[in-house]
Amino acid sequence: MTAETEEAEWARLMLRIRDDRDADAFAALFREFAPRVKAFLMRSGSTATVAEECTQDVMATLWQKAGLFDPTRASVTTWVFTIARNRRIDTIRRARRPEPEDLAWGPEAEPEPAEILERQQETDRLGRAIAQLPPNQRALIERAYFGDLSHSEIAAETGLPLGTIKSRIRLALDRLRHQMT
Amino acid sequence: MKHMTITHHLSDDLLMAYSAGALPEALSLVVATHVSMCPDCRAALAAHDAVGGAVLGTCGEAELAPDSLEKTLARIAATPTEAPPPKRDGSLPGPLADYVGGSLSQVKWRTLAGGVRQAVLPTDRGATARLLYIPGGVAVPDHSHRGVELTLVLQGAFRDETGRFGPGDIEVASDDLEHKPVAEPGPACICLAATEAPLRFAGLIPRLMQPLFRI
Repeated sequence: MTAETEEAEWARLMLRIRDDRDADAFAALFREFAPRVKAFLMRSGSTATVAEECTQDVMATLWQKAGLFDPTRASVTTWVFTIARNRRIDTIRRARRPEPEDLAWGPEAEPEPAEILERQQETDRLGRAIAQLPPNQRALIERAYFGDLSHSEIAAETGLPLGTIKSRIRLALDRLRHQMT
Repeated sequence: MKHMTITHHLSDDLLMAYSAGALPEALSLVVATHVSMCPDCRAALAAHDAVGGAVLGTCGEAELAPDSLEKTLARIAATPTEAPPPKRDGSLPGPLADYVGGSLSQVKWRTLAGGVRQAVLPTDRGATARLLYIPGGVAVPDHSHRGVELTLVLQGAFRDETGRFGPGDIEVASDDLEHKPVAEPGPACICLAATEAPLRFAGLIPRLMQPLFRI
């Protein structure tokens, strides 16, 4: 399976969890994502024991908050990232994480399958763009998202989402904007 | 709230820091509140989150405990259904409403000089968040600050050396900006502000008052 069809398959599994509370779909996503979440948390500085606990928490949250998953707004990988990041703040930094509330979007249109596919593939394209960055730039982005950089360090690296990433973000932004207005 | 025109937005470094989870709680609160009001910044945040997703997608896999899935299922079974969030009346954006008991009328204001009122919100120590109520035509005391200062307008408007800020607009001020915001004549200006470190007021009296009022 190519990476792009993989993301689309994960989105289908996620929708089965959201709409049908499908335990098999959950087990399948667990096998895909729990090892990544644990690796992510360990790269963020957690011990294996804490990372294991947190990973179980993150995956339980994925089940409990499945109703909030919207395949037109985020890929499954991105959605899992936001849950793992929030858990890292909660558990490891012991702080609260204020989250934006949903805006009123107007009448909900039935999402286009193409739109969903587009959104699901974005993460993969960004991943490839990051992989192509010079090693020092790539390391900076990774360190930021592993939680190793403070805000002032990020601010000092003006233009951190540099070059390729920046144009990728810009593209993603334009698509999102187009969808949301 | 849907039809306001927002002209002052969050900077890329703040969006990225919020997306990466690097901001102290008080700054996160202002960012989350602005994003709740601003479709542009919401879209920009989604793009930054997608970068986080890409990083998660490429950071490899760690070996799980053998009973990891079973334990997760047990966690799910043991979790009670979540309590509904506190009632909000729509007078404040969601993330902020949760910090003041649900609505603007619940805010416990303290009066400062000149009819200015403020309410410090409970956040962790890395930064301070407060609501400010500035009567029309009144100036916020002259101040400078260490680190970044975010000021988000909820109602009314203010002007300072850098421009006009109306509902939904956010001013991102670095520590070298010594500015003097003045509320526009008319209805009071209500803002949510956060500073990385305590404010330093330029005048002697405000400085003496600072420990008393935590501003």
